[in-house]
Amino acid sequence: MSPATIWAWFTDPAQWSGADGIPNRLAEHLAYTAITLVIGLLIAIPLGAWVGHTGRLRWLVTGANAMRAVPSLGLLFAVSMFVGPLIQSDLAFVIPSIVVLVLLAVPPLLSGIYAGIESVDPAARDAARGMGMTGWQVLTRVELPCALPLSLSGLRSATLQVIATATIAASVSLGGLGRYLIDGLASRDYVQMVCGSILVAVLALVADLLLAALERYAVSPGISGRSVGVARSRSSRTGEASRPDPVEAPRSISTASPTT
Amino acid sequence: MIRFEGVTKRYGDADSGSADGGSRAGGGGDQGAVAVDNLTLEAPTGQITVLVGPSGCGKTTTLRMVNRMITPTSGTISVNGRDTASMDVAELRRGMGYVIQHAGLFPHRTVVDNVMTVPRLLGVDKRQARARAMELIERVGLDPAMARRYPAQLSGGQQQRVGVARALAADPPVMLMDEPFSAVDPVVREQLQNEFLRLQSELGKTILFVTHDIDEAVKLGDQVAVLRVGGVLAQLAPPATLLADPVDDFVAGFVGRDRGYRALSFAAAPELSLTDEPTVRLGATAEQVRAVGSPWVLAVGDAGEPVGWVRAAAVDHEVTRDLLHRGGTVASTSGSLRALLDAALSSPSGRGVVAGDDGRLVGTITAAEVVPAIEARRTATTAGEVPEGASTR
Repeated sequence: MSPATIWAWFTDPAQWSGADGIPNRLAEHLAYTAITLVIGLLIAIPLGAWVGHTGRLRWLVTGANAMRAVPSLGLLFAVSMFVGPLIQSDLAFVIPSIVVLVLLAVPPLLSGIYAGIESVDPAARDAARGMGMTGWQVLTRVELPCALPLSLSGLRSATLQVIATATIAASVSLGGLGRYLIDGLASRDYVQMVCGSILVAVLALVADLLLAALERYAVSPGISGRSVGVARSRSSRTGEASRPDPVEAPRSISTASPTT
Repeated sequence: MIRFEGVTKRYGDADSGSADGGSRAGGGGDQGAVAVDNLTLEAPTGQITVLVGPSGCGKTTTLRMVNRMITPTSGTISVNGRDTASMDVAELRRGMGYVIQHAGLFPHRTVVDNVMTVPRLLGVDKRQARARAMELIERVGLDPAMARRYPAQLSGGQQQRVGVARALAADPPVMLMDEPFSAVDPVVREQLQNEFLRLQSELGKTILFVTHDIDEAVKLGDQVAVLRVGGVLAQLAPPATLLADPVDDFVAGFVGRDRGYRALSFAAAPELSLTDEPTVRLGATAEQVRAVGSPWVLAVGDAGEPVGWVRAAAVDHEVTRDLLHRGGTVASTSGSLRALLDAALSSPSGRGVVAGDDGRLVGTITAAEVVPAIEARRTATTAGEVPEGASTR
């Protein structure tokens, strides 16, 4: 196997059309990933927000993390055996696959959101309540925005894991990029396997870059610290930083009048 | 007016308020530990009432019960005649300014957005809230250009100013302040205190102020409530009375040393005949300095403001700022007896410098001349003629 054979595989027009073409497999793979993440977020956001906000049932987060140790492939077969006979369509395999992937996605999402809310400055939370925000307002206007950086790193790590693990859907006769790996293994077509792996890796990298861009856009500069750097360099250019702050400059003793 | 009537807070019962309040006042979560014990107290409208005491005296718990961050075990707290327990809790809190030790600014919002918080909660439209916020940012002594910065870009003192502006944004009649100036360095703290007093003289809010620093309490309070461990009110009095007449050993010990001297802060400087002081201007020649014929000569600036003493023998060519003695303080004609005495004691020549309200030199006075005024005041006070708290603020 040489780079040339890999190149030949990718440039073969047959790979770019039809049901087993790259575009279709990619679309299937993305669909599994998207469905998984949406369901995962629907579970993790309310649960993580509730645990973080109230500080109750923290063991849920620890418990969810322990679930990461369960082997995905084994779980997939187990769930398929139980669920499969109950459903009379393609969903018999789709549902178990999604269940397994969701179980994989929830722990990082949950820990991210929970840890993000947990790390909010207690003084900010106290001030928010003391100014008359309701619990819901404290959560949505202070805690969640402040939790965004950690929540998004949870999302990034969940996305990477789901994209990588969605390949196992192919082992229960579903589509996605995993087909190249499973079929390649079955027919000893190692070039196909390598090319499938490359596709998965590239997809994961692209998704991660997109999420990094989202993070940059969505997180307040006050938290990410980006604006701090910007403002400092701007002020030092105009010489503002070198000038002592008139507000905080100590007064000299000889001009101070101690009235008390 | 904030009124406490028989208010008790005992930790360990079902509703023990926030964990924060508990850890600060509870003493390690003892079952049934009393943080505040049968407190009856009135914080009068338009005045600053300071709660002061050692750790574990329940001062923060007391404050936090007013806006129901902590629920009292028994007793009632009313604000301007309304029982707080009967009010909607969000409405209650939005009607009170709340300032805490570490400011508690929202890190993801700019300064102006932080200040707009309560008006926005009350449904004031964005533009109006923003205009009000900008006005307050300037009012607390911040550069309007800071409005677009984030809290992380501000110093501790600046953050605390934003905290005060944010508490004032909805123009609440009542302010609750929990050690707002404790986390900044002493120089900044004094500035914040002075500006706080200036602001209060303009706004006349009803303020409940918690501190562990007796000097701060005496400086800021119209009346000071000293609490002892276990949340028992030891003494409630104007600061001058507290210094002059502590009710027991605990208060005397807590108020500290130098009480007699510090009490002079509350005695307005009487009209004393000041001595005219020969002066030289900055930049005067050595001959001009020696012509005064005194070992220490007072230098003044262009506007006639005293800038410092200079030792005649040390002047070779002309009087420069480098040669000025830095130790002397300047008293004001409208200041206190303490400032007057301090000016005399700190002056290298023994002659205390007194300036008018415009900052110009009026004259000098020696400690020996101040002491009779102090003695005269004692005689008058004993006869009950000088009102307590003849404040000089």
